[in-house]
Amino acid sequence: MLITETIRISLMSIRGNLFRALLTMLGIIIGVGAVITMVALGTGAQRAIDEQMAALGGDILSIQSSSWFSRGVARDQQTLTTDDAMALAVGSEHVSDVVPEISSRFQIKYGNKNFNLTTIGTTPNYPDVHGFTLAHGEFISPADNSARRRVVVLGSEIPGMLEVDAALLVGQKVQIRSITFEIIGVMEAKGGSGWRNPDDDIWIPLSTAQFRVTGNEFVQTISAKVSDASTVPMAMLEIERVLRREHGVLPGKDNDFAIMNRKQFAQSRQEATQVFTYLLAGIAGVSLVVGGIGIMNIMLVTVTERTREIGVRKALGATKGNILLQFLVESTILCLLGGLLGLALGAGASALLAKYAGWQTVVTSESAIMAFGFSAAVGMIFGIWPAKRAAGLDPIEALRHE
Amino acid sequence: MKTAALDAQANTSAVIRLQGLQRRYVMGAEFIDALRAVDLTVEANEYLAIMGQSGSGKSTLMNIIGCLDRPTAGEYWLNQQRVSEMNDRELARARNQAIGFVFQTFNLLPRMTALANVEVPLIYSGLNRKDRYVRAKSALETVGLADRMMHRPSELSGGQRQRVAVARALVTNPSILLADEPTGNLDSSTGNEIMKLFDSLHEQGNTLIVVTHEQHIADHAERIVRLSDGDILSDQKS
Ligand SMILES: Nc1ncnc2c1ncn2[C@@H]1O[C@H](COP(=O)(O)OP(=O)(O)O)[C@@H](O)[C@H]1O
Ligand SMILES: [Mg+2]
Repeated sequence: MLITETIRISLMSIRGNLFRALLTMLGIIIGVGAVITMVALGTGAQRAIDEQMAALGGDILSIQSSSWFSRGVARDQQTLTTDDAMALAVGSEHVSDVVPEISSRFQIKYGNKNFNLTTIGTTPNYPDVHGFTLAHGEFISPADNSARRRVVVLGSEIPGMLEVDAALLVGQKVQIRSITFEIIGVMEAKGGSGWRNPDDDIWIPLSTAQFRVTGNEFVQTISAKVSDASTVPMAMLEIERVLRREHGVLPGKDNDFAIMNRKQFAQSRQEATQVFTYLLAGIAGVSLVVGGIGIMNIMLVTVTERTREIGVRKALGATKGNILLQFLVESTILCLLGGLLGLALGAGASALLAKYAGWQTVVTSESAIMAFGFSAAVGMIFGIWPAKRAAGLDPIEALRHE
Repeated sequence: MKTAALDAQANTSAVIRLQGLQRRYVMGAEFIDALRAVDLTVEANEYLAIMGQSGSGKSTLMNIIGCLDRPTAGEYWLNQQRVSEMNDRELARARNQAIGFVFQTFNLLPRMTALANVEVPLIYSGLNRKDRYVRAKSALETVGLADRMMHRPSELSGGQRQRVAVARALVTNPSILLADEPTGNLDSSTGNEIMKLFDSLHEQGNTLIVVTHEQHIADHAERIVRLSDGDILSDQKS
């Protein structure tokens, strides 16, 4: 009963000086607004990474020869072969698909135009595993691969670079390292997965690349697709086992290859983003504390101004506890109102940032509740001192106060 | 002439009993004894006036009786309870339940209506909203302000403000009503109205102590105590 009365009295005194209440709350409004905005930005960035991770499909393990790491000596030794890829496809049950890849930057000529493009020699299942779809024409076929045909598929941005309509390019010729290739397809745009842009690559049959370029059976990368993300650790063990057997690595010796997990990269990036979010929110939180000090300052002034009222209330039967509660409730209400306005400010700022700066922002209920709880705590903590001062006033002294 | 104070010492049912009450104000090296050694007993349903020149200690005495101030020495029993032994809660309860205090300067809360002002003591009594309303309304009716309940103090005349203050002092049915120069800030005809109100409250069975320095105000009371320089000069029936 008394608490509702206390809240009513507090609201009345806040309403009695609305403008000052607003100025008092300003620190909290800005503090909460800043926390909400920062967390919204951080959460937005994380969501963007989440979406990228989802776009990666199940999971793709990337296997590379690890000659670079060999006992600290940089030796350009290649260890992976097309046979390894076949052994993996057959011998590991958690890997659903295997793609061997060779990539190099080559000079491409089309008419009078000249570009240096990443050229990937690979097998027909490449689009499936890496999540590409064809916009025009076809991808490399098994027949293209076994016959070492000079055919090429272009990334979605290549037609723009060549200034030719994508559909018209299929069937035309380009020169790769002065060798004439026929364009058989153009990819749909896939979008960056964060490291590099895959839309300005071009693809040729693996066997063609090996025959025309490297002259041997080695491949640079084997991508292994794991369709069930939960089996990634098992798949990695399997790959290790198969490749060690294939390469005849003796027990106790280091692997001559390395397995990398793209989701792990994404996850570590996500962790970094999270740390950054907390850091920003922490800095914004400091302004909340500064806002709390502002509240304390005004509450102290209020206590002095209302000394007479406190005296009257005590003369009429208010206990120390009643007065303490009243001022504590008042500063808490001020902070909560400030928190509410700050929430609106933060949500507004986040929406504006999303609209005009193009940053992905997400205002979560957790961040709203957190900022709210924090501002209530600030109100209580910084209200204690003024409230204690009010409660401790001697009734007759307070009544004499002018 | 026999003093009433001697009579009362034997009586234990007194509303108020003061014994050797002293109040010393210390200011640095100097001090003032606003009350020196006051003995006073007030029975239920008495109507007492305290008179004396300015600075004689009237307000100091009233503030101690009203549990707003504490004596430096001496004892005070309020309804047979020793005030010096009360803690903050008990003192607050005494101010709330046992005492109704009317100030010279009204001391109404400016942002509240007359009704809300009268409800304040009832809030601290723990009454619910409905009971508060009923009792505050009837107190305002008693002082003849039923038609001004929703006015703020600034919208009321001086006499009306003091009536609100009286209603507020009455509303908890206290054992004793204390008024420190209740007419001091009012013109004489408004002052007379307030005194008529006190007379009728006395007739209804209330115990009253009124401080004044005007003889015609004191003449309303049955008993007059004169203070001078912190001591009781005389205590007689009027
Ligand atoms: N807070 C105080 N500090 C110091 N002296 C005070 C204080 N209050 C009252 N006095 C002194 O005590 C004496 C009695 O004051 P008071 O009780 O107010 O007299 P009255 O009400 O009869 O005019 C006066 O001399 C006054 O100056
Ligand atoms: Mg006085």
